[in-house]
Amino acid sequence: MGLARGIPGLLRGSQGCLWTLGPARGVLGLLGVSWYSHWSWGWLGGGHHPQPPRPCICHLSIHPPVCPSVAHSKFELYTMEWSLKEDLRDCMVAAAPYGGPIALLKNNTRKEKSPSARPLLEIYSASGLLLASMPWKSGQLVQLGWTASEDLLCIQEDGTVLIYNLFCEFMRHFSMGNEVLQNRVLEAKVFHTEYGTGVAILTGAHRFSLTTNIDDLKLRRMPEVPGLQKPPSCWAVLSQDRVTIVLLAVGQDLYLLDNTSCSVVTPPGMSPSAGAYLQMAVSFNYRCLALFTDTGYIWMGLATLKEKLCEFHSSVRSPPKQMVWCMRPRSRQRAVVVTWDRQLMVVGNSTECIQFVLDEDSYLVPELDGVRILSRTSHEFLHEIPEASQEIFKIASMAPGALLLEAQKEYEKESQKADEYLREIKDQKLLPEAVSQCIEAAGYEHEPDTQKSLLRAASFGKCFIDKFPPESFVRMCQDLRVLNAIRDYQIGIPLTFTQYKRLTVEVLLDRLVLRRLYPLAIRICEYLRLSEIQGVSRILAHWACYKVQQKDKSDEEVAHAINQKLGDTPGISYSEIAARAYDCGRTELAIKLLEYEPRSGEQVPLLLKMKRSKLALSKAIESGDTDLVYAVVLHLKNELNRGTFFMTLQNQPVALSLYRQFCKHQERETLKDLYNQDDNHQELGNFHVHSSYSEKRIEGRVGALQNALDEYYKAKNEFAAKATEDQIKLLRLQRHLQEDFDKPYLDLSLHDTVSNLILDGHHKRAEQLYREFKIPDKRYWWLKISALANRGDWEEMEKFSKSKKSPIGYLVRAF
Amino acid sequence: MAAHLSSGRVNLTALREAGRRELREFLDKCAGSKEHEVEKMFTLKPGRLPQADVKNIIFFVRPKLELMDIITDNVLREDRGRSPQRDFHILFVPRRSLLCEQWLKEQGVLGSFIHREQYSLDLIPFDGDLLSMESESAFKECYLESDQTSLYHAAKGLMTLQALYGTIPQIFGKGECARHVANMMIRMKREFPGSQNSIFPVFDTLLLLDRNVDLLTPLATQLTYEGLIDEIYGIQNTYVKLPPEKFAPKKQGEGGKDLPTEPKKLQLNSAEELYAEIRDKNFNAVGSVLSKKAKIISAAFEERHHAKTVGEIKQFVSQLPHMQAARSSLANHTSIAELIKDITTSEDFFDNLTVEQEFMSGIDTDKVNNYIEDCIAQKHPLIKILRLVCLQSVCNSGLKQKVLDHYKREILQTYGYEHVLTLNNLEKAGLLKPQTSGRNNYPTIRKTLRLWMDDVNEQNPNDISYVYSGYAPLSVRLAQLLARPGWRSIEEVLKMLPGPHFEERQQLPTGLQKKRQHGENRVTLVFFLGGVTYAEIAALRFLSQMEDGGTEYVIATTKLINGTSWIKSLMEKLEPAPF
Repeated sequence: MGLARGIPGLLRGSQGCLWTLGPARGVLGLLGVSWYSHWSWGWLGGGHHPQPPRPCICHLSIHPPVCPSVAHSKFELYTMEWSLKEDLRDCMVAAAPYGGPIALLKNNTRKEKSPSARPLLEIYSASGLLLASMPWKSGQLVQLGWTASEDLLCIQEDGTVLIYNLFCEFMRHFSMGNEVLQNRVLEAKVFHTEYGTGVAILTGAHRFSLTTNIDDLKLRRMPEVPGLQKPPSCWAVLSQDRVTIVLLAVGQDLYLLDNTSCSVVTPPGMSPSAGAYLQMAVSFNYRCLALFTDTGYIWMGLATLKEKLCEFHSSVRSPPKQMVWCMRPRSRQRAVVVTWDRQLMVVGNSTECIQFVLDEDSYLVPELDGVRILSRTSHEFLHEIPEASQEIFKIASMAPGALLLEAQKEYEKESQKADEYLREIKDQKLLPEAVSQCIEAAGYEHEPDTQKSLLRAASFGKCFIDKFPPESFVRMCQDLRVLNAIRDYQIGIPLTFTQYKRLTVEVLLDRLVLRRLYPLAIRICEYLRLSEIQGVSRILAHWACYKVQQKDKSDEEVAHAINQKLGDTPGISYSEIAARAYDCGRTELAIKLLEYEPRSGEQVPLLLKMKRSKLALSKAIESGDTDLVYAVVLHLKNELNRGTFFMTLQNQPVALSLYRQFCKHQERETLKDLYNQDDNHQELGNFHVHSSYSEKRIEGRVGALQNALDEYYKAKNEFAAKATEDQIKLLRLQRHLQEDFDKPYLDLSLHDTVSNLILDGHHKRAEQLYREFKIPDKRYWWLKISALANRGDWEEMEKFSKSKKSPIGYLVRAF
Repeated sequence: MAAHLSSGRVNLTALREAGRRELREFLDKCAGSKEHEVEKMFTLKPGRLPQADVKNIIFFVRPKLELMDIITDNVLREDRGRSPQRDFHILFVPRRSLLCEQWLKEQGVLGSFIHREQYSLDLIPFDGDLLSMESESAFKECYLESDQTSLYHAAKGLMTLQALYGTIPQIFGKGECARHVANMMIRMKREFPGSQNSIFPVFDTLLLLDRNVDLLTPLATQLTYEGLIDEIYGIQNTYVKLPPEKFAPKKQGEGGKDLPTEPKKLQLNSAEELYAEIRDKNFNAVGSVLSKKAKIISAAFEERHHAKTVGEIKQFVSQLPHMQAARSSLANHTSIAELIKDITTSEDFFDNLTVEQEFMSGIDTDKVNNYIEDCIAQKHPLIKILRLVCLQSVCNSGLKQKVLDHYKREILQTYGYEHVLTLNNLEKAGLLKPQTSGRNNYPTIRKTLRLWMDDVNEQNPNDISYVYSGYAPLSVRLAQLLARPGWRSIEEVLKMLPGPHFEERQQLPTGLQKKRQHGENRVTLVFFLGGVTYAEIAALRFLSQMEDGGTEYVIATTKLINGTSWIKSLMEKLEPAPF
């Protein structure tokens, strides 16, 4: 039951390339407060709870901004619950994308190895709730990272990568190879491509090693960079046309490492005086690349290095702490967020930029449609404002959505203005657009109240349209309900609508299951009416697999609890749950759980694995599937010694007869042993008769028949014994006849032997056989007459007819 | 092409379509495209595969080890150097087998197969009311070797049938195998809870019958038209091969110069109107139908002289293809009837039939029969002898030890001692046995079930006994009595027959419960485990057509058999190694 469902379409992304940024406002907060008042609430300091009272939205009364260009906004997702004592800069941080968990490693740098000062690994939800923690007892860690399925990768200095789940439970480990082990890890990066989660290592020998998929480990050692004496100032993993490559900067030079070669590259439009590279950033979809040089110059272009998109000259020259892309899929705007200790700058295709002062250490987490900013006290989201939202909330906007929102508000106030606004939209025939705009914008809102007012407006507008398809509205209401539920700080998954759609509801359910939030996951399935097999059943099965790991409960209790909850929900596989129980070392529990499995076919493999072969055999027989019985029987044959194997079969007649069939075809000698074991002399006799026919020499045949004879006697089958005796006698006689007359007699029937003798005129010998084998008169007469007639020996016929009274009369019809 | 499959009460085209779809999907997978032109079909045999210039070779096989050996041989002898290389695929019919795959693995050829899949073709539609698994050895496996593989396939086949035609609410059965199949069906249904079948049930009742409940019927010579064709020439998968002489094109002037030497191959099913009409008649009633048809057809051709106007001629011409088909069909069946008549009017056929009928009506079943002795002395075909001896044994609830031993000794001396194993098999199957209880139950069974009818009407039958000119097949009588008045009336006799009899009910959701229209017939599926004869099928069809019969029958079986093919399947083939 793997949960390794990745994120679909990681590489799909926006196409456009032009980007303009609004006028530099220069001052923290201007962007939000003065332009788009309602967005400012988040980062002005109100938490997600309790909500600050919101002023009514009245953009229309505020004068429009000077520049109509694109805007970014920043709002708070959560005030962090984690009450960190340390500064973030003293911790190693890794936050998973798509609102994923945060891993913190504290005390990593301290060298003394006293137990009290051991590094501490902690995992938090995005809202800062502690999920798990553990003292780090393994080797020196260089890097933490998350896989696409939210497992934590802990990359050690020796190249060993340890994998833990969300709850700090060890899953497995792997090594990045001997080369890495020898030269140690200098730096490491975790990256995601369509192949899965990859790890790239920079070793102490300034060489790169990487794997593109940790679940299908193939280590690649990248070519050497000629003359590289010191570590590169910065580097990044790129993925282009399904090939993973490394881009690194040394001083003023850029090198591209692919599988086979190392090449020097120059970004187009790069000023020669730009200086040495200090930092680089690849966008979430691997399409864009940003380079920061020591002259404060920022180059932004395509990651293929074929085209420059824009550039920016910043006044700061010190190396940035972090630089990440911030953009929205399908948007034409590009922006890069750069941070230093106390400063955050959003730059794009403009001579000016937006700057924020950072009160605390912050950590950037790039997302599909923006950037999350983590600090000790808060967790914020910075993104480009989506078009629909801009249209509606832009001050003095006359967009249909904006008018509709206003109309609805007036309607609630019972003001006739509602009609005026509505008429204005309808006159332009834009009501459907207005409704769609409100629905779309609702999706981008984090505040339920704003969502509601937009949806109310949409619903209001719908009333005035004939046959507006309801799906988009209903769908959005459902999606928002799900999103609001998971964004709650108790759950702490701050997915945006865009991320949610990319992630898909199935992956989201997997993630809830990973966090063991089974009830919520089930409620979502029920709410969205997902099919049982896709939804509830899967989650219950995961729950059950978790349940079997609870060692404090007795086997009976666990088995009962699981059966109570699961019953016979379609799609539940008890055998899979049992397999999990067995993996946890709970064989008895596994057997109990298997009892609930209605499909015997499913019970058998696990029972065999648990070495409950006899139980497996009876389950296979119960199923009626003879092939399955064969599979178990052959398994037993290899597993048990011959005696025990035979004994086991003895108690299972169905299996025994199937095995006999197998032996008949494959191992005739074993067949004999089987009959011997049951003292089945009749079958042993038949066996020997059968084998006698494969003997190449007459002595062999007679020998085998002699064996058959003995067995038939033991079986008290007088008739068969006598017949076999006769057969031996006949064979011996036939050999003499063959020698005497030099004609083939062997293997003829008695009838044909006598008949041939008469045909050849050996009447005496025929007579002898007739007496010796006590051929009934009647048959002998028939035989002799027809043979004589065939021979045309009428003289002999007459003699014969006079010798005795015919038992068959004299009307011989046959001729 | 398969219109005759939809002609019956139950439209079996759906089953055929499901089968076709599954096969097409597999072929798509192998060929990697939607186009799959089957170049040629070969019979599986050891040695090198034929030189066909193809990319894909697909083995269609039953999951049996002896066949795996042949395939292994084929694959190992394939020339690896040939180009283009041929890809191997294996399609197990009807089920994939771990045992076989394990075996192929041990031979080191498992990896040679790119696709290994199963084609769950359990029940093959043979006609509008007839399904067969075509499992030749089913009877032998079940009753001699206690290998119930074919019963598992039968149960699977019934599940497929229910998936297409709805859950069958009532299951009746008689015999050990029937019980086993019913148990498996119930179990399989339980294995998929929640998968509630929402199809309105087409079948009302399923009747599972073990062949060993009625060992008698297949031993007797079938006397329906189709039954006789099968007895004499053997019908293979609805095709029969006939001696060509009678089918020579009758053209004047060529004077039989070049008589065809290849056997004439004809397909026999209800798609042919005339055949559908006469197949189930007693052979004695076929002649009159054929001559009546001949008159009608020549009259129809005479019509052309009366056609005067252009319109009339046009109408005549438009009917011409149909008339010509009818004429050639009539010609074929007249020839077949002549061939059969030559045999049925022979003295030996008559003697044989007389003895059979004596046995079935209970005359002199307890002593050595003269005719059988004479036949042995004249070395008539062994199978004929075995059929007669077994018939006598069955009609006497076993033979006295002395009589039995005499027959056996005669057979061994005349036909060879190697047949001792065949005789042993027949004894194991219960066809030949010493009378142990000392009591002969057959007369009671015969009287209660009215198996022997003296006043049989072959031309216009009023009872199923017409199919054997006097003997009413026991199996069909059981089906008939089940429908009316029910088995409760024959409890005593049922107890005398081997195996348990039982009834199971499968719950239907309330919405699917049938509200029968007045006068609407019930549909019963009769499944013969171990084989069924054409005469039995004819008898069931007769019951279906009976006015106020109230029940229509669809027939399923493991294999279509007759006495000869059945006995043959039980014989041990021992070929001495040449010295």
